Amino acid sequence: MAFELELISPIEVAKDFALAVQDYTLLSAQSLANFFRRPLYMGDMLYQADLIGVGSLPIVILTGLSVGALLALNAASTLQRFGGITLIGQLVSIGMVTELGPLITGLMVAGRNSSGMASELGSMIVTEQIDAMRALGTDPTKKLITPRVGATAFMLFFLTIIADLLGLIGGYAVAHLIFSLNSRQYWTSVWQILVFRDVFTGLIKPVLFGFIIATIGCYYGISTRGGTQGVGRSTTQAVVAASVLILVTDFFVTKLIFAIFGYR
Amino acid sequence: MPAPTLPSENPAVAAVNPSGYALEFDNVSIAFDEKVVLDGISFQLQHGETKALFGVAGSGKSTLLKLAIGLIRPDSGRIFALGEEVTRMSEQELFELRRRVGIVFQESALFDSLKVSENVGYRLLEEGISAEEIERRVREVLRFVELERTYDLRPSELSGGMRRRVAIARAIVTKPEVLLYDSPTGGLDPVTSNTIVELIMKQRDVYKTSALMVTHRLQDAFTMATHQFDKATNQMVVLPKGKQCDVPMSFLILRDAKVIFDGDAHQLATSRDDYIREYVS
Repeated sequence: MAFELELISPIEVAKDFALAVQDYTLLSAQSLANFFRRPLYMGDMLYQADLIGVGSLPIVILTGLSVGALLALNAASTLQRFGGITLIGQLVSIGMVTELGPLITGLMVAGRNSSGMASELGSMIVTEQIDAMRALGTDPTKKLITPRVGATAFMLFFLTIIADLLGLIGGYAVAHLIFSLNSRQYWTSVWQILVFRDVFTGLIKPVLFGFIIATIGCYYGISTRGGTQGVGRSTTQAVVAASVLILVTDFFVTKLIFAIFGYR
Repeated sequence: MPAPTLPSENPAVAAVNPSGYALEFDNVSIAFDEKVVLDGISFQLQHGETKALFGVAGSGKSTLLKLAIGLIRPDSGRIFALGEEVTRMSEQELFELRRRVGIVFQESALFDSLKVSENVGYRLLEEGISAEEIERRVREVLRFVELERTYDLRPSELSGGMRRRVAIARAIVTKPEVLLYDSPTGGLDPVTSNTIVELIMKQRDVYKTSALMVTHRLQDAFTMATHQFDKATNQMVVLPKGKQCDVPMSFLILRDAKVIFDGDAHQLATSRDDYIREYVS
């Protein structure tokens, strides 16, 4: 059997990319506009919030604790050399609240939920369930996408707070149990170092990441073509795209906040 | 077996404007990746008429059904459904129109996360009808397709034929003015196919709903042309020789993206076109 290698023109690739960006932008805008149009499908939103929020809780707890502990462990070895082990709380606090808490939670939820959304909607596409929904007079973006976007953005906000808190506890466990740091000293430094800008940064990011996770997952899901193989492809692409977009967005949001509030 | 009770008569049919067509395609063309699937298709479906649509696999039969309710848009031409120009309507306007049209998809397309009752009552729930009324109507329509016992089951627990009947129940629960069937007997054994054909005939003869039925089984369409549903015995009976069915029945054949035949059973049987004669034989 002979296989023909088909060369794809770079112009075609660029066109396809531009088209995908356009479709994604339209889908994202529509998912937001649907919040202001009836019906709102609150039941579906609550169901998704449970699925995304409560369902992701175990991995968020585990990663939050681990990242906080690892951050403390790595920072301590350097700080100890300069006699600054008491600063460990500050480092864990800033690191977790502004960066690692939102980022790790976002990436974990992206891995779990972007793929889930892409595979669920992709399966619905290949079995004509989305067409059936449209034929039954229901707008799939309202019924399927907007509840997922709302629920992910809302729940990621709270999941990040939980991850931050557990990261601080993980850091405390290392600081106290391994480096014998006083509890009061640790928690005081954790609290005192944080300013409004840090908390604002740490809480605005999960909302944006939640939006990215849901819209990317749904976009790849409803763009699925090519049967079950296509569903698998969409699932992988959704996780990769959501993770990359979260990292890129994180950089620009951090830069923007520095530009607005100034450097520390 | 006792005859199942029939749902109340359909008031929507009586309200239909007698002028114009239930469905009209005017010079419709569509291509996918430069492959022309439908090329200048024109035909009409009268109110109350049932039209069987034939063609080999990949001839654009399912595409034509999706075009009829705006699930996909043609490259050119105009499509009218229930007097409204589908090709000019926005997606929001189409949602309203689609509530008056029922469609049965090739693989049933039941929502696998919902129970049979929720699938059938889906549209009623969307319309904000009370839970009691939804249950009454869902049970009534499931009784019509003789599947009331599946009320609490999930689609994955049903056989292929049962899923097809649930899909028919979902399509007719709102008493639509037009029904579109996409290969309703495809992939089913002869006995189950017969049950589905009888069900479609029951819907046609009891409610006089206009229908466009895609099929590649000529015998199904001929059965529909030569039989009539008898309400008294709740089964289909053969029409006496020379007598035509009360409801008009016609045939449409697609070949190479074009309509090569549009006429009744007699015209089909007496056609001199070699391809059609071979198809019929």
